Amino acid sequence: MEVYLDNNSTTEIDPKVKEVYCQTTDIFGNANVIYKQGIDTRKALNEAYDIIYSSLNASDDDDIIFTSSTTEGNNAVIKTFLDLFLKGSGKNHIITTVAEHASIKSPLAYCKTFGMEVTYLGTDSNGLVSVEDLKAAITDKTALVTVLYASNETGAIQPIKDMAKVCQGANVPFHTDGAQAIGKIKVDLIDLGVDYMTWSAHKFHGPKGVGGLFIKAKAPYEPLVHGSKNVMGGKRAGSIYNNGIFAMAKAIEIANSDMNIAYVKNHIGALRDTLESAILGIKDTKSYVPKENRLNNIVVASFRGIEGEAMLWDMNENGLYISTGSSCSSEDLEASAVVEALGEKVEIANATVMFALSRFTTHEEIEYVISKLEPITKRIREISMTYAKQEAFSVHLHD
Amino acid sequence: MARSDLVSGNVWEQYSKKVQDRMNNPVAMGELTQADADAKNAKLVVADFGAESCGDAVRLFWIVDESTNTIIDSKFKSFGCGTAIASSDAMAELCIGKTVDEAIKITNTEVEQFLRDDDGTPAVPPQKMHCSVMAYDVILEAAAQYKGVKRESLINSDIVCECARKTRKDIEDAIREFNLMTLDEIGDKTKAGTYCRSCREPGGHEAMDVYLIDILKDVRAEMDQEKLVEAANTSASETPQFDKMTIVQRIKAVDSVIDEYIRPMLVMDGGDMEIIDIKENIPYYDIYIRYLGACGSCASGSTGTLYAIESTLKHKVDENIRVLPV
Repeated sequence: MEVYLDNNSTTEIDPKVKEVYCQTTDIFGNANVIYKQGIDTRKALNEAYDIIYSSLNASDDDDIIFTSSTTEGNNAVIKTFLDLFLKGSGKNHIITTVAEHASIKSPLAYCKTFGMEVTYLGTDSNGLVSVEDLKAAITDKTALVTVLYASNETGAIQPIKDMAKVCQGANVPFHTDGAQAIGKIKVDLIDLGVDYMTWSAHKFHGPKGVGGLFIKAKAPYEPLVHGSKNVMGGKRAGSIYNNGIFAMAKAIEIANSDMNIAYVKNHIGALRDTLESAILGIKDTKSYVPKENRLNNIVVASFRGIEGEAMLWDMNENGLYISTGSSCSSEDLEASAVVEALGEKVEIANATVMFALSRFTTHEEIEYVISKLEPITKRIREISMTYAKQEAFSVHLHD
Repeated sequence: MARSDLVSGNVWEQYSKKVQDRMNNPVAMGELTQADADAKNAKLVVADFGAESCGDAVRLFWIVDESTNTIIDSKFKSFGCGTAIASSDAMAELCIGKTVDEAIKITNTEVEQFLRDDDGTPAVPPQKMHCSVMAYDVILEAAAQYKGVKRESLINSDIVCECARKTRKDIEDAIREFNLMTLDEIGDKTKAGTYCRSCREPGGHEAMDVYLIDILKDVRAEMDQEKLVEAANTSASETPQFDKMTIVQRIKAVDSVIDEYIRPMLVMDGGDMEIIDIKENIPYYDIYIRYLGACGSCASGSTGTLYAIESTLKHKVDENIRVLPV
């Protein structure tokens, strides 16, 4: 048996979404031509927009721009305020959190090279950012606040609605990176009150290479990709990924439906709880972030004495696919800053693994994972020197 | 960046079969006890190195025959990734049968060589080379314990790049010999800084005492100073070689040749030229010129005239000169 539990990284495509994706490949017309093929494409695009606006409850006054990914949307939002700063807005300050994805951190680092300033709000031991901290960080120079909706690494869900309210009160635009939200948390854009939200379809069983950027009416916006004014009003030029968008509409319709949200909360949540209990049943393990503040599909756990990549190795040998915050598994050899931000020491970050379920995860799969946890843990702990009996030896550790 | 870097993230695909096998079935994994040592009438050594916070920690067990200083058995335990486990396993096995002094000479690069499936293919990807450094460090720890000396006395403290085991002198010599200008050039010539990259500059995975970027800066400053002194000494007595000249001397040298041999020729046709810049583009010297007057519109400015200027400068000043009109 093979079990894929890295669903916060990416997901398999839903067969129903795949059907739309494949079937609509034939709708190839350029959306801007006046003749038949254009008419067909526009009809399909309008249907996709109807589904997306209605499902996410966006107002018709607002814009939803199709992008290639969350990363692109995040760049577009942040660089809008870099653009305004460079044109003399006088607002040189952006507020974010330590828990953000590289697609926020990296463009912000870029903004700093132009003289902008960035405040990184910390998270508490539950992975949460405080609304009070946010309030205190806003100044009259603040151009933008950007906070991820839910963490891909810890599953911690931030109080986005409260934060949006604070920002609205202070007249500061607010963006949330919603890559982990759709399909796991009910998204209602009017109720949420954010000025911008970004997402990628592949995080909720849609195709890769297509995403969305919600821009509330009157929110500042400068295109990242300049080109024809005929494409999405010039807000994101470039050929439209027709069938990717049609498939994303289907994926959103399913993922953000009340039925799916309830299924993920109750059924997948219960499977997650079963897995979490089994993990905690193994000696010297720990899980992070209280369930009430955490996405229903994720367990973040550490197994004392087991380095994350070694755990992944044995899981992989057994057909189980998960992720880790360990330094050894990353290109840059750095332990997960997000896990460290939970208040855990670096050694815990190196021993932390994440199990992320999807709505397609089954009871049998979870039972299989559980059956393998004990032998895998046992084998690696036998090799492990830090899990060995410490008292027999004097330990000389460097650093 | 190049074609080979465009699809990134591949780590496990680059593990050799031997690394994979040792991760799955380590042969020297385990513990040795005082009873094991007593049974062989030999000395037990237990050494630790690393910490969980680094992502690697290893414990090495030796049983050493004190009459010959030979390691008769060796085992390890390791907290670490696949590379750390496989390299600790290989290291522990390589110790068996060696004397303690021979074991000290086992380096991480030797362990990595031992783990290769074939000589030409590295056993682990570059960024994982760091995980095998621990194998070397723990041997030193064990040897220091056995000899009853301080670990530091066994360390070659001049090592700057632990992964490639390059000393400060290796780096300095390479910079001077090959006239290296950048960290990448140092990496190409010496391999230093190409594995975990911590020693390149501050901010990497490990904090280092010395960084390549500082060595490069220091050596380049020394080289510039030496060149200056040499140029000052020789200019008084004789004309120095073009490559030994300062930028001011180079401009003067080129200008005087232009004044004497080239400008009169151009002026006859109602034109002229000026030097815009001289750039060192190893092994060449690129001299950027601008045509003035009639030369600006002359068709041979990029053919015959240019050739004449370049060959005159090559002949009179330095054969590596290239002339580029802007």
